[in-house]
Amino acid sequence: MFTQTLTRRARRSPLLELLTGPHGVDRYTELVDRTWTTGEARAKVVAVRRQTPRSVTLTLEPNQAFTGFLAGQHINLTVEIDGRRRTRCYSPASAEDATHIELTIGRHDGGLVSSYLCDNARPGMVLGLDSVGGDFTMPTERPTRILFVSGGSGITPVMSMLRTMRDEGSDREIAFIHYARSPEEACYADELAAMPGVRVLHGYTREGAGDLTGYFDADHLAAAMPEPEAVYVCGPPALVDAVRAHCPDAKSESFVPPVFSAPAEATGGRISFTDSGVEATDDGRPLLVQAEDAGLTPESGCRMGICHSCTRRKTSGVVRNLITGTVSDAEEEDVQICVSTPVGDVEIAL
Amino acid sequence: MTTATITQPKTLSKTVAGKTVTLTPEQTEAFGRELDALKERVIADLGERDTTYIRRIIKGQRSLEVAGRAMLFGGIFPPFWLAGTAMLGLSKILDNMEIGHNIMHGQYDWTGDPALASKKFEWDTACPADQWRHSHNYMHHTYTNIVGLDRDIGYGILRMSEDQKWRPYFLGNPVYAFLLMVLFQYGVALHELEADRIRTGEISLSDKKEILQGIWRKTKSQTLKDYVAFPLLAGPFAPWVLTGNLTANLMRNVWSYMIIFCGHFPEDVQEFSIEETKAETRGQWYFRQVLGSANLTGGKLFHILSGNLSFQIEHHLFPDIPAHRHAEISTTVREICNRYGVPYNSGSLPHQFGTVVRKIFKLALPWT
Repeated sequence: MFTQTLTRRARRSPLLELLTGPHGVDRYTELVDRTWTTGEARAKVVAVRRQTPRSVTLTLEPNQAFTGFLAGQHINLTVEIDGRRRTRCYSPASAEDATHIELTIGRHDGGLVSSYLCDNARPGMVLGLDSVGGDFTMPTERPTRILFVSGGSGITPVMSMLRTMRDEGSDREIAFIHYARSPEEACYADELAAMPGVRVLHGYTREGAGDLTGYFDADHLAAAMPEPEAVYVCGPPALVDAVRAHCPDAKSESFVPPVFSAPAEATGGRISFTDSGVEATDDGRPLLVQAEDAGLTPESGCRMGICHSCTRRKTSGVVRNLITGTVSDAEEEDVQICVSTPVGDVEIAL
Repeated sequence: MTTATITQPKTLSKTVAGKTVTLTPEQTEAFGRELDALKERVIADLGERDTTYIRRIIKGQRSLEVAGRAMLFGGIFPPFWLAGTAMLGLSKILDNMEIGHNIMHGQYDWTGDPALASKKFEWDTACPADQWRHSHNYMHHTYTNIVGLDRDIGYGILRMSEDQKWRPYFLGNPVYAFLLMVLFQYGVALHELEADRIRTGEISLSDKKEILQGIWRKTKSQTLKDYVAFPLLAGPFAPWVLTGNLTANLMRNVWSYMIIFCGHFPEDVQEFSIEETKAETRGQWYFRQVLGSANLTGGKLFHILSGNLSFQIEHHLFPDIPAHRHAEISTTVREICNRYGVPYNSGSLPHQFGTVVRKIFKLALPWT
């Protein structure tokens, strides 16, 4: 704590900036402890639990540079694997005011970061935290009858909301339907069972008998909470769609990257990556992929339009956002290249 | 790189130390392909070993810096002054050579670590990093040893090639060279100003307004740090801190000058004409990099302190490969060069620097 206060004070002092220039205070303090930085939010792993065979739960102690999050939001997590930093987006499961951040990371088959963390996470490991964001959050004035629905690793933002409201001491009516492949893969089952005032219903989609059978439908809704005041759903796109069919106003978040199948419409336009002087002919895929295929290595993160790590300045031309379908105008603007495709000729500062 | 879309098959020929090296177009391209393959092998192998290495060097450098500066506060005792100055000097050498120069080449950009990012790194010397990236990474590394394009041939103030026309001004060649050595960090800082082109009226001072502002900003903070802030912090011991910092900067200046001058100026290193290098292929470019560079022999510590610029040939072939890899690949590079009969210039620091000094004196004279 002393050092953190000291580094915070140091950061404000132009004299120390001068004395530690040109590298800056952080580049010295981080050599003593990698979390002693004021410019970059970092966290130390203080506990590792493996609740289910296909997930790992990390308890993180963030440094002073971390400015917090709202229940339901996501954080970019950076981990170094074989010398390379990899960034992925995860929603904490901990309450928003908790001292420690809890992340439960589900293993994606073939997923580099999730597999690495499932296999190698250990206390003492230092991870980067960045770009807190997302509007899958509750209003400050909490609704009184709330239904939560989640599938798989989509449970984490819901846990954060439930724990936040539990800490607030709410007497609201809450129902929670969680879908997992099997009882072994249902995280937080014990804690949920003990949570006061929350009606929890489990559905298992592959094996095991739960409270509900099959996928979300009108019966599941009726069993959990008929006519809820607010609905929050987080999980695969199919689950989100099913819930939306019954509750059109449901707030949703989906972690599974959208599939950009065959190139939508290759306009055959010319893409100019102006900073590197490289040109390519548009094949309809996202600009990030086309840049990488052209031999460039732009910074990127989630590759699904969430984290903004890949944001670059579009200096001319028109692009289409693959998530929203929005077509930009020709003016200069920042675009997320992982989910943007060119419409005709474009110039990107990359 | 000057890769042209249509390239004339051209037989390369260059006379080095009285022996003529000739490569047919086929040989040149095969030579290039072998070097490309070597580069790909190294790139595919990059990983934790490289980040661990550079972070260990950074930790060593920052520790030397902090310890050196702390010791200089007690510099009234001569052993403290000597040790503090030596440590700070070593720190500056490591910062500029093995850390700064190499990171700014993009050797660690693949790590994704912002502290190792070429575009964000700033070093502990008067020259602003962004200007260096232009004059060095782009101009010097692309147009290496092409007289008229590579501004590192004489840095606009010295006569380092017989192809530079003699003027009476060059009678002072040894004097300018000595001053450049002592004030090397400022010489490097002023490089991008292209003062010689301003003098000849080719460009005007106002063209270089932003460059000058950048140099001023960086030089100001470096000067304030080493010659005002740290000495004042030491209170009554200010003189010892000031002289220690001055000496540490001088150490770094002399050392980096010697290493850098041994990169391209020793005997038998070849220069090229613009005509000769028109529409170069990748193989021809590699050929020029080998003939235009010279290595230094020495131990592991020597190589680290030289920023592995002692492997100047490897560095010029593959400027974006982490420099600590150069020692490993140098045997293969040498073997490839031998097979194609391409001379590989290598020698000890005293020998190579001796030939450089001789050249500085010789080229001061009008009949050379």
